[in-house]
Amino acid sequence: MKMLKDLLRDGKFKFGFIVLVILVTLSLLSFVSPYDITIWNVGIRDRPPSWDNLLGTNSRGQDVFWEMTFAIRNSLTIAVFAAFFSRIVAVIIGLIAGYSGGKIDKLLMSINDSVLVLPLLPILILVSSLMRGRLDVLSLGLMLGFFGWAWDARVIRSQILKLREKGFTYTAIISGSSTLKLVAKEYLPHVTPLVFATIMNNMSWAVGMEVTLALLGLSDFEMSTLGTMLHWAISYQSMLLGIWWWILTPVTVSIFLFVGLYLLSVSISEYLDPRTRIQRIGTVRQSN
Amino acid sequence: MLFLKKYMLPRVLQFLTVVFVGITLVFIVIRMLPVDPVKQIINTFAMFGATIDPASTELLIQTLREMFGLEGTIFEQYFAFWGRLFRGDFGPSLFLFPVPVIDLIVTALPWTAGLLLLTTFISWLFGTIMGGLAGYFHKSLWAKFLDRVVMVLRPIPFYVFALVMLIIFAYLIPLFPLGGGIAVGTPITFSWRFIVDVIRHAALPALSMGILGSAVWFQTMRLIVQSVTSEDFVVYAKAGGLKKNTIAFKYVIRNAILPQITALGLSLGQIFSGALITEIVFAYPGIGSLLNAAIINGDYNVIMAITTLSIVTISTLILIVDLIYPLFDPQVRFK
Repeated sequence: MKMLKDLLRDGKFKFGFIVLVILVTLSLLSFVSPYDITIWNVGIRDRPPSWDNLLGTNSRGQDVFWEMTFAIRNSLTIAVFAAFFSRIVAVIIGLIAGYSGGKIDKLLMSINDSVLVLPLLPILILVSSLMRGRLDVLSLGLMLGFFGWAWDARVIRSQILKLREKGFTYTAIISGSSTLKLVAKEYLPHVTPLVFATIMNNMSWAVGMEVTLALLGLSDFEMSTLGTMLHWAISYQSMLLGIWWWILTPVTVSIFLFVGLYLLSVSISEYLDPRTRIQRIGTVRQSN
Repeated sequence: MLFLKKYMLPRVLQFLTVVFVGITLVFIVIRMLPVDPVKQIINTFAMFGATIDPASTELLIQTLREMFGLEGTIFEQYFAFWGRLFRGDFGPSLFLFPVPVIDLIVTALPWTAGLLLLTTFISWLFGTIMGGLAGYFHKSLWAKFLDRVVMVLRPIPFYVFALVMLIIFAYLIPLFPLGGGIAVGTPITFSWRFIVDVIRHAALPALSMGILGSAVWFQTMRLIVQSVTSEDFVVYAKAGGLKKNTIAFKYVIRNAILPQITALGLSLGQIFSGALITEIVFAYPGIGSLLNAAIINGDYNVIMAITTLSIVTISTLILIVDLIYPLFDPQVRFK
């Protein structure tokens, strides 16, 4: 709680936090939606925003506001799944490479660096075009998680390398605790905040990839996500037809989502780096 | 010789590892999927309403299995996979049968290469210089303002930004064409009008990639410069009364630029992915649009070829960046 309070002092964190709270609230609203979003032509088509349809309706006769709530919910769920799976891989690889060092470290890191520099988009396109139409929320999350761990595994490894040289590591080894216990009990708590900072970036990457794949026509289009929403709006030429409320809704929401997640991650990693934290507390005191 | 062994050899080894891991990953992933790629392709064909008689279906399945290298033991498959890659033989395009895939790629490549190399280089240079100045004069008002703007621009992915640029500069203010590489029906000549046309069409894709790219380089450079400025040798130079510009360019930026070069190599893969998407948004006739058409038509040979070739190309570019690095870093050169 104290950490949250400290973080909320930062304007960047406050902005990101508020954006995320609003988006999560919107996504929760989808559970009380008066419409079934998979059904077309529920209302009149192409109506501009009004009190009945807050964000108007689209060319498929759906209410854009409720479509948006489902889109945010599914996109966020995919991102959470992806972040969760890739965190598992990243933590395991980072821990093993950082702790064992030597040849294992070299091997793991050369694989890691290879995945890091690979152009992932073509690979993801290849996989999802073979899986066309079968990618639901969970399998999309799994697939993105499978490819999105490399950068963070490196971050975690370097943290472990630092911890390994600390006094408590030697104390633990000399007093006879097993490697597993040492890693789980002593190292994991140190790594956890770092993992949280990387989650935001990874979620943002996952949402971006989902939208990209959907724009390319590789998603399940009955599943409403930010990507499929954009895809429909573009394929119905909503820009040319002047149905701006349809295309601008997913564009605006995704810009807010990306900027919000990014500011959160910047703020958290600044907080975790004590040097910038001292600077910030310093400036806060000065401005008071 | 020592330089070759200490510096070049590890880089070349890393290059080989990346290519090896990447290609192997593609090989494994295709076989790990719960769907049979060959059946999937046949289904796609059937979906488009093509009725194929059983005998030719059998033949098609056979060819596809050979093309995907699904014949023989897993080791034979693996070596055949590499063999095809070395020969540059990716089979015929399934949609534009029997044009070889490699021909399609060669036609599309100049557009992508031009857009990608030019914007990457310009945005790297521009972002790095601006970031360096903003980091050095980080207390000034314009640097703070620029930093705020970049903070918002940076996390926006390529396609959303491209879309916003398209809405603003092609629909609302029709300054630039909506898409394409040249105006329809323009003959390819080396006249002034043709060049202007090409530039006009490339402007929006290049701008949207360039602005986002600059934002990334700006931000990392600003942070690095800020930390270099507090190093002892800079403080000493200041105390020695050197000119501000000399300190900024010769002492600070010269040192801060080194991690930027390394980062350029590391992010080439992402930049390439961004270029593909930007091309698709602007219907720019490069590899990205070829990929998009291949996805729509279910042309798996093209997708496969682009995937494997981009792995090889990106790793080669990274190797090149690594190999020219000593030109900028005397520490590596003289060790």
